[in-house]
Amino acid sequence: MQKIKPLDHLILILGALFLCTPVVMALMSSTHAAIDIHSNGLFLTPGSHGAETYTKVLTSRGGFTGDVTGLLMLTNSMIMGLGFAIGKIALSMMAAYALVYFRFRFATLIFWAIFATLLLPLEVRIMPSYQVMSELHLLNTYTGLIVPLLASATGTFFFRQFFRSVPDELLEAARIDGAGPVKFFIDVLVPLSKTMMAAIFIIMFIYGWNQYLWPLLMTTDESFFTLMRGIKSILQVWVGSQIPDYNEAFALAVLAMVPPVAVVVIFQRMFIKGLTESDK
Amino acid sequence: MAHLSLTNVGKTYGGSAQAAVADVNIEIKDGEFIVLVGPSGCGKSTLLRMVAGLETISQGEIRIGERLVNQLDPAERDIAMVFQNYALYPHMSVRDNMAYGLKNRGESKAVIEERVAEAARMLELRPYLDRKPRALSGGQRQRVAMGRAIVRQPSAFLFDEPLSNLDAKLRVSMRMEIRKLQRRLGTTSLYVTHDQLEAMTLADRLVVLNGGRVEQIGAPLEVYRAPASTFVASFIGAPAMCLLDAQVENGTVMLEGHALAPVAQAAGPVTLGLRAEDLRITPGGVPMRVDHIEELGAQRIVHGYVGDQALAMIDTSEAPLPETVHLGVAPARVHLFDAQSGRRIEAAAQPVAVPAE
Ligand SMILES: Nc1ncnc2c1ncn2[C@@H]1O[C@H](COP(=O)(O)OP(=O)(O)O)[C@@H](O)[C@H]1O
Ligand SMILES: [Mg+2]
Repeated sequence: MQKIKPLDHLILILGALFLCTPVVMALMSSTHAAIDIHSNGLFLTPGSHGAETYTKVLTSRGGFTGDVTGLLMLTNSMIMGLGFAIGKIALSMMAAYALVYFRFRFATLIFWAIFATLLLPLEVRIMPSYQVMSELHLLNTYTGLIVPLLASATGTFFFRQFFRSVPDELLEAARIDGAGPVKFFIDVLVPLSKTMMAAIFIIMFIYGWNQYLWPLLMTTDESFFTLMRGIKSILQVWVGSQIPDYNEAFALAVLAMVPPVAVVVIFQRMFIKGLTESDK
Repeated sequence: MAHLSLTNVGKTYGGSAQAAVADVNIEIKDGEFIVLVGPSGCGKSTLLRMVAGLETISQGEIRIGERLVNQLDPAERDIAMVFQNYALYPHMSVRDNMAYGLKNRGESKAVIEERVAEAARMLELRPYLDRKPRALSGGQRQRVAMGRAIVRQPSAFLFDEPLSNLDAKLRVSMRMEIRKLQRRLGTTSLYVTHDQLEAMTLADRLVVLNGGRVEQIGAPLEVYRAPASTFVASFIGAPAMCLLDAQVENGTVMLEGHALAPVAQAAGPVTLGLRAEDLRITPGGVPMRVDHIEELGAQRIVHGYVGDQALAMIDTSEAPLPETVHLGVAPARVHLFDAQSGRRIEAAAQPVAVPAE
């Protein structure tokens, strides 16, 4: 056993506080009235307006059309997150499967071409992407929001590395057992990839959840607004002497944190279980 | 159950100039247990995998039963294979591992259940049917792999070094189990190993491969008693047969100027093969300087030199040995090989079928 060193603990505690305080502050401040926040600054203690603020944020209609509720935005963000995670996993698994198991010319070249797209993030190609979507009349649709960003070099790379680590004999045994390419993929590779899928799900869900620029560009129809846009629009109402609804912004921010945290907690457990369970 | 025939089978891997397997002709009878044996890299696995359909066949024909299988998929060849690393599906239970092939073939649930139960009974796997492979020991995993082969009731079993990953003791007992099982099922089997002892104990007939070519095909004792070449001679039997440069003069084989045994062979240089277990200490024999002794308990292996050529003999006495021992050998146990080609000179020893004693 190592001796407990007070200095180490102090550093760790300070680090934890540094990371946690803003979150706690957001949570606590969201339970105070906007006017209190405006005059007193942020709070570290719970206030008395919590229930009221959260109900309002989730259900009250806002926006120009007066149709947008927090719940709707939450749903939209959820669709984005899940769509990204599931779509990216499906697509990159299939791409990696083709790259690893099918012998075709230039497979390596194609792989590096896919890999090179990592150097071209969305922000660089956002105008052409927008134009393509607009010409396909996919603005203001979930398809337009999700599909253009589904191709994932990261995912393809991870799955490729994973598939290469699967012993060849497994494929050969499956071939003798009469499993064709599709059956082998579904019956053997997919179940074996569970931990990999959990890891990528976490990353991609959060990536999708946090999208801001692309939805901002792609959607003008308010019924497609996501939480990330919602928070922004609350703080934009600097009209006259009105005080921005700080409390509501904080509440939305807290709500926006819940699903990613849940995803991490749920899938991390699976992820670790998978890691410790599969020794072969 | 079927016979298996390989005709002029050859394989050249893409990008390699040299054939990995060439000109292999083997006729395997129904129910026979054939062991392919040879050093690492001699093409054993390649040959087996061609039979399995996992490698394309560059030359020649492979027939299973009467069917030419060159162009068939592995699943259509009606064979089952056991791999060195077991190749069990890690995420499936033992039961599912065994049932997977049958399910894909579209067998009915009842048939699958019955066959799995039967295989589990035979292999004593019943308590483990619901476990995942990772919760099994190496020996149990290998038995599951065999179970997976058995339930298919194939025309032929193919084994690729199935025991190499097991510890020595388990290897011996599994060897016996495989043999018993094969006898009982009567399924034609092709078994690959680099271990000559495994080959000797398992095979109905051995196929000794060297550099992708067949050196000799024969029953284990036939191969042991009359190795067709210096390669086979040094590969089969432990300790390995000693190969020495010798001369035939006047119908006698001379080793470093000492007469060893009479042979019916024209005068000239030969390669002389002597097995350690055939040499006896005899007064007036060929003198060997003792170098070191390996004590094995029941016997000891005496290593030494005749002139500057290394030789080994097995001695079963416990008496201390002098610095020089004199060795003799029964003429029937003298193996002569062509000094250039290394092929066996047939007239050398007396008829092999009658073991001389
Ligand atoms: N996929 C392959 N591509 C190219 N050469 C191969 C391949 N597999 C095996 N070889 C070569 O073929 C020869 C025989 O290999 P193998 O059949 O695996 O030998 P063994 O099983 O007897 O150890 C070796 O020289 C090996 O390098
Ligand atoms: Mg091999």
